[in-house]
Amino acid sequence: MTRLDPDKERIARRVAREIRAGSLVNLGIGLPTLVASFIPPDFGVLFHTENGLIGVGPRPEAGQANPNLVDAGGSPVTAVPGAAAFDAALSFGLIRGGHLDLTVLGGLQVDSQGRLANWMVPGKIVPGMGGAMDLVSGAKRVIVAMAHSANGQPKIVNACTYPLTSIRPVSLIVTDLAVIEPTREGLLLRERAPSVSVERIIQETGTELIIPDNVPEMELG
Amino acid sequence: MTTKLVDIETAIALIPDGASILIGGFMGVGTPDRLLQGLVDAGRVGLTVIANDTARPGVGIGRLVDARAIRRLVASHIGTNPETQRQMISGELDVVLTPQGTLVEQIRAGGHGLGGVLTRTGLGTAVEAGKSRVEIDGETWLLERPIRADFALIAADRADSLGNLAYAYTARGFNPIMTMAASTVIAESRVVNKIGSILPDEVVTPGILVDYLLEPCP
Repeated sequence: MTRLDPDKERIARRVAREIRAGSLVNLGIGLPTLVASFIPPDFGVLFHTENGLIGVGPRPEAGQANPNLVDAGGSPVTAVPGAAAFDAALSFGLIRGGHLDLTVLGGLQVDSQGRLANWMVPGKIVPGMGGAMDLVSGAKRVIVAMAHSANGQPKIVNACTYPLTSIRPVSLIVTDLAVIEPTREGLLLRERAPSVSVERIIQETGTELIIPDNVPEMELG
Repeated sequence: MTTKLVDIETAIALIPDGASILIGGFMGVGTPDRLLQGLVDAGRVGLTVIANDTARPGVGIGRLVDARAIRRLVASHIGTNPETQRQMISGELDVVLTPQGTLVEQIRAGGHGLGGVLTRTGLGTAVEAGKSRVEIDGETWLLERPIRADFALIAADRADSLGNLAYAYTARGFNPIMTMAASTVIAESRVVNKIGSILPDEVVTPGILVDYLLEPCP
């Protein structure tokens, strides 16, 4: 296995601790995909991919790829024993209908109410939302896994300058610096990364945070 | 009994310039590649394509984009195809971006005789522009219209000569939904076997939905 970027690994390890045994989980492409590596194989977690499978397994060995079996990024995957394949209507019915326990998605920005923007950068890239709007609107829990800042600019901001993915707030934001929970009162700083100070998190966040008296370090398992 | 089996030239001759076409597939997986190559070879232009994505240049629906065969595209994702984005920005190609779960339900509504879809997806976002909200028992929903097209081009894993279809893994995707929502359905399949080769419980698309089936590769 190639060595992971330590910031990304920390985010993936922390997100993995949010995943409950026996749950159905959809991991977005990119960083969220790494989360699967940190979940014990005997945990009974099933992974959903929105292009039509419950029971996504690891990448196939070289030369063993099934051309009809890919993840939501179009990359070859395997199907675990007991996997189920289905059409796109059922797949998104699972998402919107409250059958998907958790989705983990990347983010461009999150606003002071915990609302995510992750599907386009106006004037630059217009990838389209794919399944992201349905996932954020419909999954029981939504975790954003992203870098705290990009190019020196905070990604957690007062108001998103990029278009929103959904008006529904996400459940949790996990970055390389902090774990932040959107609440009715505002963004609550729950945890800080090992040896990262609360002051640094405040400095690198573009909106107000609620700071409890004690902000423990992340447990990374 | 008349056969549904047609050769590629006959199939493509059915589809005029400017037709609206539902095309199955996700990132080129479960895409009817022979039919798409046929459209490219015949030089079709001005098409309206409704599909999840345009894969990559040279792959799947990306080949129709390369050939500038599409005038209007309804899709959920074009981020993997820079040529689609280039044509959109230059104005050669109109693109309507629609959430994936909404798109499949719009097509399902079109094919199942329903007047529309009510969803929370897209509420309060750029997707809502020009659409109506509906209040039901105190909950707010976004109204999305049904989608139908002149043609559906479908890829299956196994077919019989009646047109019954079965699919493989994530190559199923939009395909079975699209077979319900077009005036004319043309399918291609990895294999075409004799009637009865697919058990009734394994048939996903009943053959009566398929108007034409591409002759298997020689």
